[in-house]
This record gives sequence, C-alpha cells and structure tokens, in this order.
Amino acid sequence: MPAVRDSLFAFRRAPLLSALSITTIAFSLFAVGLFGLVVVNIRQALEHVEERVEIRAFVSDKTPMEQIALAANEVAKYAEVQSVDLVTQEQALERARKELGEFKDVFEAEFLPPSLDVHLKSGFRDPATVHRVADRLKALSFVDDVRFGEEWITQLYKLRNIAGVAAVALGLAFAAVAVIIIGATIRMAVLARSREISIMRLVGATDGYIRRPFLIEGFVKGILGGALALGLTWLAIHVVSGYLSFQTVFFDERAALIGLAAGAMMGLMGSAFSVGRHLRRV
Amino acid sequence: MIRFTKVTKDYPKLGAALNDVSFSVGKGEFVFLTGPSGAGKSTILKLIFMEERPTDGEVRVAGLSSVTIRPRDIPKLRRKLGIVFQDFRLLEDRTAEANIAFALEVTGTSRSAIAGKVSRVLTQVGLASKAMSYPRELSGGEQQRVAIARALVNDPVLLIADEPTGNLDDRATRGVFQLLRDINASGTAVLMATHNLDLIRRSDYRSIELNRGKIVFDSAEAARAAIERFAE
Repeated sequence: MPAVRDSLFAFRRAPLLSALSITTIAFSLFAVGLFGLVVVNIRQALEHVEERVEIRAFVSDKTPMEQIALAANEVAKYAEVQSVDLVTQEQALERARKELGEFKDVFEAEFLPPSLDVHLKSGFRDPATVHRVADRLKALSFVDDVRFGEEWITQLYKLRNIAGVAAVALGLAFAAVAVIIIGATIRMAVLARSREISIMRLVGATDGYIRRPFLIEGFVKGILGGALALGLTWLAIHVVSGYLSFQTVFFDERAALIGLAAGAMMGLMGSAFSVGRHLRRV
Repeated sequence: MIRFTKVTKDYPKLGAALNDVSFSVGKGEFVFLTGPSGAGKSTILKLIFMEERPTDGEVRVAGLSSVTIRPRDIPKLRRKLGIVFQDFRLLEDRTAEANIAFALEVTGTSRSAIAGKVSRVLTQVGLASKAMSYPRELSGGEQQRVAIARALVNDPVLLIADEPTGNLDDRATRGVFQLLRDINASGTAVLMATHNLDLIRRSDYRSIELNRGKIVFDSAEAARAAIERFAE
C-alpha cells in the first residue's frame, strides 16, 4: 500500500509540521470539547431540576383510601407518568412539619387533604404535557384541586430552549472554525509537498492516487488531534471541578467516540478540501 | 506520434506564446527544438504532455487529441511519455532507486516487477552502482541520468527533454546526449528542446527552430524543399 506508506513517511519527513498540525487540530477540537462539556453539564443540571417537576392532586378528604389507591394505580398507567405517590393526611402533615417551620407545633392532620403526587417521565416534563396531565387529574371526581409550579416550569423550559439553541449555534460556529483551522494546517502540508505532487503528475499519477496519502494523513492527524483534545478536556474538567461546588460530568464513552470520529472526519474533510483545491490550481 | 495542426496558444496576461504552428514528429524520430528564450519551446512541450491546452488548433500525441481528451485520460497519456527537465526534478529525500520506482508505483506496477525494471534502467543509464545514493550525493550529470532512467522506466514511446543539458558541464552534456541517442536508437522517439547549437551541429538530426511563437526553420522541410528543387 504505497498510500499508507507515503502518509506515514510524511510524518517522519516533517515531524515538526505534523506535530504542529496535530496540536492545532487538538486545540481547535479542545475548544469544541470544552464548550461541549459546558453544554453537557448544563443539561445535566437542568435534568436534575426537571426531576423535581411534580403534579400534586389534592383529594377530597372524604374519599375512601381504597378508592384513592385504585385511582393512583390508574394514574400510574398514563403514558407520561413515571410514578405516583399516595400521600395520606399523616404523611402530608409529616412533610409539612419537615419543610415548613410554622407546622412544627401542629399535630392534627385532619385539615390537610391527602394527595396523589405524580412524577412525570423524562421527556414529558414540558409545560404542555404537565398541563394535559393536570387537566386529566382535575377531571377525576374526587380530586379537589391540582397544583404544579406552572410559572416555574414555564421559566425552566424557556431556559432549556435557550440553552439548546445556544448550544447548537455556538457548537456549529466552533466546529466551523475547527474545520477551517484544520484545512489551513493541512494546506501547509500540501504546499510543503507541492513539488512532489507536480512530479507525481508528470509521471502519470491520477488525482485519486495523489489524494490518497493526504486523506490518510488528514484522517490520522484528525484522530490523534481528537484524542489529544479529549485528554486535554478531561484534564481541564478535573482541574476545574476542584473549584466547583457541584459534581461535574465528563463525556460518556459514546460521546468520546463521536468526538474522535468528528476529529477524523474533520481531518479527512480538511485534507480533501485542501488537496482538491491544490490539484485544481496546478 | 506528435502532430500539431495550426496550433495557437495565448496566455491571458503574456499574450501569444505560439501562433499557427504546424509540424509532426514520426515514430522513432529524434528532433531538436531550438530558438531563443521565450520562443515557445517549453509551451510546445507542455502542450505535448497536455499540461496546457491550445487556444486554437489541435495537438495529437500517441493517438490522443487535445480537442477530445478527458482530464482523467491525461495520466494515461503521460504514462506513454518520458519527461526530462533541466532541473532534474528528483525527490531529494529518496534514493536514486526510489525516485525511479516512484514512477512505476503511481501506475500500480507490482513490487516484484518494480525491482527488476528499476535495476534494468539504472544499468542502462550507467548508474547501477549508485542505486542507493541520494540526489545530493550525485553530480549534475548523474542526477540527470537518474531523471532519464525515471523517464524510461515505463517504456515510453516518446521521450521529451526540456533543456536536459542546460545545467551540465561539457563532459556531462556529451554523456547525457549520447544516452539520449542510444535511447533513440532503441526505437523511442526523442524531442529535445535545447539552446546548445553545438549539439545540433554535431549530429544530423532534424531541428525545428522557433522564434516569437512561430516556426522559422525546420530542417526536414528545408531538406524536402532542396530535394524538390534538385528534382526540378
């Protein structure tokens, strides 16, 4: 395989230029990686907050417990519902005493209504779904009132949407900058070998033959740059998390592999673009 | 082998490099292309290996026409040609042997066949003992021999040489010229652009002289005219 040999030969022949390209790729992907980590951690934090989305259906206190238990089982079967907790009057008092200071001297539970505390599945915690489930609960004959932090949920989802759009826009911008930088470094490698390319053409090499070692080189540089960026990101998050009061998360295996594949693709695309441009010009 | 029919080549900024040029070179011929700098010699060579296309007219080389050739067929044409330059154009980081093998690798020749062919051409150009030398370790004449060996290794039907002795001393010039004659004697057509009038005078090969993009003298035409005059 002359193409593989030539691409490895290029690393040996110009180690400094190769190291420079890999480092440049690594740093541009490092910027993408750091941004990705911020996104992952914000999403993680939002998910924690979202888990607290809960609909509380207060049941008329004359309803027999058996009927409430049956209703709880029914509600648990809703597609959107993750779990239903049946809170008796005593449990409601216990919770109130724990959460609210003014209840600490109250020992009578009769005035507190029992409730069904409904937790929704992930992906069903948006304001529309919450409203829909709340309306279904409200329609139950023995339910007096349904409460959920409507304003809070709306704000949370607004924040989530803004974060999502910002992540996509900034992520694309970072990725575009990375592709441009990678293309430029590979262009340097192509220019350094322009004499060789012109000789190859003279002796009858096809453009595909000329292109192949550069594509392999770009692919390998992309993977190495991606791996280095991953290492740098890991190091950065470990250093930074020491100064943060909350638990940070790193990319899972799948995301790390996607990162490496993205590095390889960027290397490949940068090479294809640079060599293609050079071949069209000479 | 080569046929130029009313070929004109204009460069957008430099103007006309060739103007209505017609000539042909047959199989196994040795032809000198001569004339002052800027006369159009290099343009003719570039048109032959189709690095350039004519603005007008047609260039036919080894059965392929500049009018109809597709870009993907140009490498196929170049594999039928051997091209040698004044500045050798060797890869400095490869040995003589690797420089020659390079021309075979691009054509997809098998490794085992490459070794045999490289050794044969190195012997042919008298450099069998320098196979492992790098260009910087070779004299100018030896580097040009490596370049000629690279041009020969694909068994070309036509060898194009652009001032191949331009950078060489007299001794090396004679050696390289003799090598080109030997190659021609074995059946390969040779088209050699040169400033060296001494070489032209010392041999009886056909010469085509260019000036300002036009053919001003073709010894074959002159000979033909002389024969016709004699016949009259």
